[in-house]
Amino acid sequence: MKSVTLSALLMLIAPAAFACETVRVGDLTVQHAWSKVTIGAGRPGVLYVEITNNGSDDDALIGVTTPVASMPMLHETVVTDGIASMPHAMSIPVPAGQTVELAPGGYHGMLMGLTAALKDGDKFPVTLTFEKAGEATVTVDVLPLRAEGPDCADAEQ
Amino acid sequence: MRLRNLQIALWTLALAASVAFVALRWWPAGTPNDIEAAFVPTFQLADAQGTMRTSDEFRGKFLLVFFGFTSCPDICPTTLSEVAQVMDDLGVDADRVQPIFISIDPERDRRLGLQAYTEAFHPAILGLAGTDAQTRAAADSFKVFFGREDDAAASDGYTMSHSPGLFLIGPDGAWLRQFAYGTPAADILSDLQSRF
Repeated sequence: MKSVTLSALLMLIAPAAFACETVRVGDLTVQHAWSKVTIGAGRPGVLYVEITNNGSDDDALIGVTTPVASMPMLHETVVTDGIASMPHAMSIPVPAGQTVELAPGGYHGMLMGLTAALKDGDKFPVTLTFEKAGEATVTVDVLPLRAEGPDCADAEQ
Repeated sequence: MRLRNLQIALWTLALAASVAFVALRWWPAGTPNDIEAAFVPTFQLADAQGTMRTSDEFRGKFLLVFFGFTSCPDICPTTLSEVAQVMDDLGVDADRVQPIFISIDPERDRRLGLQAYTEAFHPAILGLAGTDAQTRAAADSFKVFFGREDDAAASDGYTMSHSPGLFLIGPDGAWLRQFAYGTPAADILSDLQSRF
């Protein structure tokens, strides 16, 4: 009986302890924050995340900080005339009523100056700064190199 | 007489259709497919051990060639992950395909460790990093662009722009096609299998 209670308790807290944290700040919902394993600490890590603006005012992601990297920045992968470049994004628009994805091949956070290599299963906090909504800190899940995104069981996917 | 008019009309239409067909078939499409006309790209670049490798030694195999740099956080890992998946899914046919990663940032990539990088994706991937001149020659031969962009905010003060495609070379060394960035592994796999 005791183990059944314990199992039930574990099942309740497990979803929060594992991946796929959802954080709300103002009208914004931040979720599905993930990163990939890095090969050594000398190469930058990546940050992908999904931001939904449920409000009626446009907002913008203007900064990112994390204790695991001394120089985190926002970038956008742009392919123009068959050439891929990665300009620094000063801000990423989060228009009212829309969802913006930082995802492979588009906007992403680039985590330079890693304090240590990112390993499969690691978790680390990232604080996103929005022009209007302020700051939101979300837990980032480090996934294997070949991952295409987090496997979240939540209904908001 | 009315029948003759109809005949003329039909023949005119048939001729117009033929002209349109030929035009569409042979007119340059203005897409990356333009460069699918046969040419034989070559390279001469050192591998992670410092051994010189040349395009000639891979005759008989299909080559999947990607130009990238190991400090690239987004496009390069995504493409190399697709390549790794393809190599796994090829099964017994994997030895018919040689995946090659050519560094466009060779000095920094050698310093950061080329082999550790390619191995993290798949042990079959051969990493090559030549001199600047050899790298430029290989890229020109593949008709690939790359450039160094100074960016004070980036690691070491610069980043690279490059053609993000994955290039397929045939067993005779001739260019076959490119897979655009983001082509799913399954599509690359079925293309390869259709050529065996």
